[in-house]
Amino acid sequence: MKKKLLAVLFVFTILLSTLSPVCFAENEEKDYSHLKGTSINVYNWGEYISDGSEGSLDVNKEFTKRYGIKVNYTTFESNENMYNKLQSGGANYDIVIPSDYMIAKLIEEEMLVELDYSNIPNYKYILPKYKNLFYDPENKYTVPYTVGMVGLIYNTTMVDDEVDSWSILWNEKYKGEILMFNNPRDAFGIAQFLLGQSVNTHDTKDWDKAIELLKEQRPLVSSYVMDEVYNKMEGGEAAFAPYYAGDYLTMADVNPDLAFVYPKEGVNYFVDAMCIPKTAENKEAAELYINFMLEEEIAVANANWICYASPHALVLESDDYDLKGEPVLYPDESETPKTESFENLSYDIQNYMSQLWSELKVEGNTNIDAYIGLSVTFVLVVAFAIFKVVQKKKRERYYD
Amino acid sequence: MGKKSTLLSRVIGAPYILWAVLFIIVPIGMVAYYAFTDATGAFTFDNMLEIGKYTDTFLLSIWLGLLATVISLVIAYPLAYIIANSGENRQKIMMMLIMLPMWMNFLLRTYSWMTILEDNGFLTTTLNSVLEGAYVILDEAVKILGGGLKKPFEPIHLINTRGAVVLGMVYNFLPYMILPIYTVILKMDRSLIEAAQDLGCNKVQVFKNITIPLSLPGVVSGFTMVFVPSVSTFYISQKLGGTGTTLIGDIIETQFQTANNFHLGASLSFVLMILIFICLAVMNKFSDDDGEVII
Repeated sequence: MKKKLLAVLFVFTILLSTLSPVCFAENEEKDYSHLKGTSINVYNWGEYISDGSEGSLDVNKEFTKRYGIKVNYTTFESNENMYNKLQSGGANYDIVIPSDYMIAKLIEEEMLVELDYSNIPNYKYILPKYKNLFYDPENKYTVPYTVGMVGLIYNTTMVDDEVDSWSILWNEKYKGEILMFNNPRDAFGIAQFLLGQSVNTHDTKDWDKAIELLKEQRPLVSSYVMDEVYNKMEGGEAAFAPYYAGDYLTMADVNPDLAFVYPKEGVNYFVDAMCIPKTAENKEAAELYINFMLEEEIAVANANWICYASPHALVLESDDYDLKGEPVLYPDESETPKTESFENLSYDIQNYMSQLWSELKVEGNTNIDAYIGLSVTFVLVVAFAIFKVVQKKKRERYYD
Repeated sequence: MGKKSTLLSRVIGAPYILWAVLFIIVPIGMVAYYAFTDATGAFTFDNMLEIGKYTDTFLLSIWLGLLATVISLVIAYPLAYIIANSGENRQKIMMMLIMLPMWMNFLLRTYSWMTILEDNGFLTTTLNSVLEGAYVILDEAVKILGGGLKKPFEPIHLINTRGAVVLGMVYNFLPYMILPIYTVILKMDRSLIEAAQDLGCNKVQVFKNITIPLSLPGVVSGFTMVFVPSVSTFYISQKLGGTGTTLIGDIIETQFQTANNFHLGASLSFVLMILIFICLAVMNKFSDDDGEVII
């Protein structure tokens, strides 16, 4: 009897020892070898991933090295850009990383697929306060990538006033030294915070008031910029630029004269999250990629490189994280500014906003030079034509 | 025999016709379709009516395009003439120098102009220090005469002006003006010049009566190749023009990239095409009038 029991125990032990690696693998890491040789298309913001420059980790290369899946990485300049590309159907993307309001729009228009969170075990590291957010309330489509706020960057050598309000961007003193967002949502947002409106207002009168304010500001603005802001602020070309907090840290590395403030009227708070569009052709690899991005080492590398705040619990505690506790990114409770996030606007309001935005761009252009120049050209052309006709007639008369 | 050759020419020409249909006729058809429909696909004139708002922008674009083209012509014609009349080796080197910048990407070249023209950029600081020096000297001179300049020196700005935009256009598109003029002058029948000289023309008369009329086709195609991209550019005006110079290309770009209003964008493009067509027709009319030039 004892022998039998021993034998059973023995067999059981052997079975367990042979089975356990399989069990282990099943729980911790699925087998992805069949995806080897495939590729995924990732569509992300520009300058928004650790790309191996300056000794950092090349995240995409690392992914390919580990799983043998090729990453076709392309970038966009604005949410609207990304949306148009996705909607026109010209290209297939397996992963896109847009911002909150754009995600809400994509969800509403059924352009995203639901994620299988069991394939993304690292999702557990995302802090609870970044789950079930307004753009994806049931948390079915998205995994947060970075979070951040908009603030006001200024050059301390060019500014001697106290900077704590958006209203300084309307100060005549700084005419020609002010940069402004070249995307309607962020630009309108600043005017709306100053007016005390909601940035998600559906009242066209509110938008009218906001555009009035922006038109008032336009003569003071040197140019409307997005990524050019780095060059201009780092080179001391402008005194003010509203931009994303994380990018300030990148600029301040180059030009230490730059300072940053969260204006008291309120700022935009945003979340950029990874999601998978309906047109994705390699969903399994896409989920693997999302999970990979949430690994501690990778997430820390990205957070260090991008300089935006991270929603990842391990990153915030990691000793390798250079920006641990950085007050610009992680302000204290008491210093946290008033924030509001962009929500998806209705189709009509969006149209109205872009119409106003186009008007702003041509508002107040003085075109006297064009009128004079074109009139002179016209007179010259007519005079030349008459001259030719006369000459021709003369010639004909001569031959007659 | 005749029939056979037309069949052959048809076979050879087929890919080109296919190309033209696919990439010229179909896109223009799509532009027209979008221009006259709304979001539901129904026929509408609303887009066209909305264009009235942008009349000023159209005028400004055409004006700056015209200015850039004329400046290019003024620079390019003598240059092309000199190159075409110089020795073979020198010709090669000079053509090489003209082509060289085109090996770099157009966007990069414009972007670097932005850096050069910035207030703290190389060109502006150099120019300003030279101007300031001249101003100081002038000021001293006036003082000696018992006066004094009232205003202190004000540094000039280059970036975010219309001049910067025209400069960007001229810089980027100049080779397209030089090349056709150069080719035409090079291929010109030298015996005509000799004949004119035999008949007693001096240098100026030869240039005026022979060279200019014979090189007109090159001027016309150079004009087209500079004017068309200048009028429709958006990158140059965005990077070098700041807020004061929004061209029609910017508006069209915004409709497609940000506003997602393809219909207004298409109708703006449609009108722009017609306007460019009219400008070029006027241009061609002039060269036709001489009866010697056939485009």
